[in-house]
Amino acid sequence: MEAHELIMLIYVFVLAIFVGFELITKVPPTLHTPLMSGSNAISGITIVGALLSAGLEEFTISTILGLIALIFATINVVGGYLVTDRMLKMFKKK
Amino acid sequence: MQTITYIVYLIASILFIFGIKRLSSPKTARQGNMLSSLGMLLAVVVTLFDQRVLTFEYIIIGLIIGAAIGALMAVKVPMTGMPQMVGLLNGFGGGASMLVAFAEYYHILNTTGPVIQAATSVTIVLSVLIGAVTFTGSLIAFGKLQGLVTGKVVKYPGQHPLNALLLVAVLVAGVMVILDPSKTDMLIGIGIVSLILGVLLVLPIGGADMPVAISLLNSYSGLAASMTGFVLQNNMLIIAGALVGASGIILTIIMCKGMNRSLMNVVLGGWETAGAGGAAAAGGADAHKGDVKSVDAEEAAMIFDAAQSVIIVPGYGMAVAQAQHAVRDLMNVLESKGINVRFAIHPVAGRMPGHMNVLLAEAQVPYDKLYAMEDINDDFPNTDVVFVVGANDVVNPAARNDPSSPIYGMPILNVDYAKTVIVNKRSLNVGYAGISNELFYYPNTLMYFGDAKEAINKLVNELKEL
Repeated sequence: MEAHELIMLIYVFVLAIFVGFELITKVPPTLHTPLMSGSNAISGITIVGALLSAGLEEFTISTILGLIALIFATINVVGGYLVTDRMLKMFKKK
Repeated sequence: MQTITYIVYLIASILFIFGIKRLSSPKTARQGNMLSSLGMLLAVVVTLFDQRVLTFEYIIIGLIIGAAIGALMAVKVPMTGMPQMVGLLNGFGGGASMLVAFAEYYHILNTTGPVIQAATSVTIVLSVLIGAVTFTGSLIAFGKLQGLVTGKVVKYPGQHPLNALLLVAVLVAGVMVILDPSKTDMLIGIGIVSLILGVLLVLPIGGADMPVAISLLNSYSGLAASMTGFVLQNNMLIIAGALVGASGIILTIIMCKGMNRSLMNVVLGGWETAGAGGAAAAGGADAHKGDVKSVDAEEAAMIFDAAQSVIIVPGYGMAVAQAQHAVRDLMNVLESKGINVRFAIHPVAGRMPGHMNVLLAEAQVPYDKLYAMEDINDDFPNTDVVFVVGANDVVNPAARNDPSSPIYGMPILNVDYAKTVIVNKRSLNVGYAGISNELFYYPNTLMYFGDAKEAINKLVNELKEL
């Protein structure tokens, strides 16, 4: 990766942080726990990187690392979304 | 195909954003979580068609094992265990980021040889550092919340210099890897030292500071995902990670404000001014103050029965005693008598942001009865009875009127302004900050001793008989 490519990625990163701040400040305190577990599931997006490594054609150390990463990330994603849904189901108005 | 992949990644990014946007109301929140998970599904499916993905056996194994463990955890965890669960999930996210960075590093070495551009090496090093710290830090946080690791503030000599030294070592080694990417041992060293650093950074943090630690680790797990995005040059990962990073940071700031402490103060461990000696002295002095009035279930029931408005203030003690259902029963019996019942939730009540809200939601307390501190604090003077369940420091008036108190300046629920305050607690023991609570000695305060669940059940029975 060239330096200018890195800079473009940093652009995206910085702008996304601003979007994140705007969105999250509007989440009411009552939903802060589901926000944490739900956003936590989103951070399991690393699963994409794990898939790319675990699916490499040749079996190398990258495959093993990718497989463990895949297990971790899948726990993160599946567990995160399911438990968030379980919590949000309970929030009811009178 | 590459173009389609990128378009789907863009759609997934948009779904994540809309998913979080829908969390702005409990009505749309569940739908938001579904949108977000749909984005994740799309991202995973389209990645399986990536030209790099050629073998599927390990992918299938990984997905099945991960999904089984994740689903099992999500179904089994009790609502009182939610802080641990989130802590653990943070850790898995961080661990995955670290491992992907290593996998990518070896992949580049195997395919293009030991020449890695500086921009790529920088992202790999940062990804390993943040991922590793998140991984072990979260495991320690999990251990503390689960009671496997001491929940106390851990201090030892040379703590801060040691952490600083380790961080400097990681950075120096990082520069060496960037200058010469073939130094595999050096990158492994960075990983190991970062893992140790994660343990050392979270170990000193005390139990009641966990809301801050968990929020911060949540933020790290997002940053770790972003760093993986930098390594893979994938905008979707960068966006998703940045959203989570921002979320964690905002929650961290809210939690710190709720305790009137700087992030530095929390991370470095403990209430700076509340040394063990000071706390013991304060506790000793107050122990002789006397003048604590206590009531039994029958007397308490009569006071409730005569009230028109009641505010319930839950704290971590309610979670420990699993008393949320008993509290719901109390609410129901009071409402059946025409009494107005509301809940006041302090931002740092419990062990993670929103902890009390989830527990009460589980017990089917409608969320519109739950009020944030700033929305209800002015109503205490017009309230007949305040019932404090397992909360302590967040209702200590010393935070308002005793400049010598370590919690002075912390925003509190002004329960002492109510006509009568009934405090349910097991004993007169000090709260987390290690200071006694002058509220217990106030003329309008009545102590109702006992385990929250048992005591409230007794109270409910008495109320039913009245």
